[in-house]
Amino acid sequence: MSTTDAPDWDIVIRPEQAWWKPDLKEFWHYRDLLSLLVRRDLTAQYKQTVLGPAWLVVQPLLTTITYTVMFGIVARLSPPGIPPLLFYLSGIVPWTYFSGVLNKTSRTFVANSAVLTKVYFPRLIMPVSTTLSTLFSFVVQLGLLVLIIFCYTVFGDFRWTPSLEIVFLPVLVLIMSLLGLGSGILVSAMTNKYRDLGFLVGFGVQLLMFASPVIFPMELVAKNPTMLAVLELNPMTPVINAMRAMFFGGTVPWAGLAYTAAFTAVMMLAGLALFQKVERSFADVV
Amino acid sequence: MTDRSRNIVIKADHVGKCYRLGRAGGGSLSEELGGWLARLRGKPDPRIPIGSSADTQRTGNDFWALRDVSFDVARGETLGIVGRNGAGKSTLLKLLSRITLPTEGEIRMRGRMSSLLEVGTGFNPELTGRENILLNGAILGMKKAEIIHKMDEIIAFSGILHHIDSPVKRYSSGMKVRLGFSVAAHLEPEILVIDEVLAVGDAEFQRKCLGKMKDVSLTGRTILFVSHNMTAVRSLCSRVIWLQDGRIHMDGPADEVVREYLAMYSRMGSQRVWTSDTEAPGNELLRIRHMVAERTHGTGPFTTADDLRLRIGIDNLGIGDNDLNVGIHVYNGEDVLAFSSSWRDGSPDQAVLPKGPSDVWCVIPRELLNSGDYRVVLNVFRQSKLMFQVDETIAFEVHDQKREGAWYGRRKGVFRPKLNWGTGS
Repeated sequence: MSTTDAPDWDIVIRPEQAWWKPDLKEFWHYRDLLSLLVRRDLTAQYKQTVLGPAWLVVQPLLTTITYTVMFGIVARLSPPGIPPLLFYLSGIVPWTYFSGVLNKTSRTFVANSAVLTKVYFPRLIMPVSTTLSTLFSFVVQLGLLVLIIFCYTVFGDFRWTPSLEIVFLPVLVLIMSLLGLGSGILVSAMTNKYRDLGFLVGFGVQLLMFASPVIFPMELVAKNPTMLAVLELNPMTPVINAMRAMFFGGTVPWAGLAYTAAFTAVMMLAGLALFQKVERSFADVV
Repeated sequence: MTDRSRNIVIKADHVGKCYRLGRAGGGSLSEELGGWLARLRGKPDPRIPIGSSADTQRTGNDFWALRDVSFDVARGETLGIVGRNGAGKSTLLKLLSRITLPTEGEIRMRGRMSSLLEVGTGFNPELTGRENILLNGAILGMKKAEIIHKMDEIIAFSGILHHIDSPVKRYSSGMKVRLGFSVAAHLEPEILVIDEVLAVGDAEFQRKCLGKMKDVSLTGRTILFVSHNMTAVRSLCSRVIWLQDGRIHMDGPADEVVREYLAMYSRMGSQRVWTSDTEAPGNELLRIRHMVAERTHGTGPFTTADDLRLRIGIDNLGIGDNDLNVGIHVYNGEDVLAFSSSWRDGSPDQAVLPKGPSDVWCVIPRELLNSGDYRVVLNVFRQSKLMFQVDETIAFEVHDQKREGAWYGRRKGVFRPKLNWGTGS
């Protein structure tokens, strides 16, 4: 009586399972969990706070004001032709999103070890839900940017001339999300073995901001080839430049974005591979 | 395909799980480096977990927590899994619930499978009980609509209706367990895997859980139940698998297996002597020569009115820092750990075990243990860390003392201490 060949088994557990094909069907089956986790992230975060979800806009606003005063007014780093507040906000919003996704997804295994060693579900749900909840914050903050632009045009003499290429904004957001997610799960898989990496990443992402055009325009470093090269190596540089070009007119750096897209693809593949390798041995290591 | 083969919902085929010792993964680079250095100097890696004493499970640095395990489970069957600590039960459950993957072999399953390795996993302290029911249900694989549909039922079962909209962080641990089990009990998977849930909660809630599990099994669903509680296993399971040293030792009807399992301990005598160096348990620091349970006065069977002395003959080989300690775990017939104690408990701080062969003993006072079967597990510590454990040592039975006049029967509980009672203030 052999049942091994019976075709109708639902679950087959084997020593090795192919890492290159994540089980999308199963992922889909758990979509309710995904949406509930996103909701948990959004609601649990602001429980017992007075301002509640208002923190979503207060945080980037305060950062922007600080940067505007420090780098815009005191250090005079912001470019002419655009109010410094808008210049900084348009850099801080995408940077906050990218670094938020990277930082939070890189803690996937460490932060959820209690659940992950007790219950099975597709592990990728965790970082994907984190990305989606951060995306929600990003969209709200993008709304804040648009609102402030309106204030400038209505109450000030700022003439808003967005580029037509703003229709490609969703593509930009997709690239940013995948870049953060891919690097995040790559790091999470590696921090599982070497916790030291967790500290390095949190700190490294902070430093990386200074190698991006968040606080100064590209023109400022155009004459310094070393600085320019460093900035151009940062995959977030074209994203921030493209974001500003879309919102305030200018040329979208498509070549740079192609580089970012390629970089993202590599991170995503490496991240998926390593993440799935680790999720299988995770319970044995912790 | 035969009818029976269609009815098989779990098929484990020569499943094995190997843990590589010394590579159990460090928390950080420096720890990893530390472990590597220790290995280099030929010292035991401080991170190696101490497994069971059975050397058969070990080959070099590999430790087989489970080996060559094959079994079928039919639809609607309630299968119990018993065995000592370290026999491989938890590993088997982890494999079945896909938390870890086997090293060899294959497990196939039909239908939705849910496991309850610990109830209430994934509760978020900030969210309310109601919100957590949704989240926990989804983590366990339920659809949102399904959970919402059963929400009232789940809340009613948990019995915490009044607090259901307060954050879970204000719950007592008992309430969390109730909530967790209530969600899990309403999962309705085709296969349900349960580990020791009944160890928690008060007696009334435990009864409720047992009842729910019985209901679940009556609806034709398959349950795998791992427990140390032989009474629960016997009353719930139709069939039991007994694991020993990572292999299936016995597989059969529940009554038969449980009887054998409990009998194994009573077959161990009240004294044991290891004569040859090769069979004496121990390591390069200390060996165990013999163990005896005896009355301090008189002869005959042990009764609740006798002081009982446990004597452990050791041979301290006198190498190293001599920071050694010998302790016992005493389990009763239900496999409940009655108490544990060690030589240091009763010795001055600076005392060290004498070098060379000697006896270490303790006295279990009369009127402490209830009547029944007991077995002793021996632990040897070095620098307060467990160095090795000897599972099969001695067992003894404590008889009820017949009182003059009326026969009072067996008292309830693990212990039957003689307490000072009085009246007035």
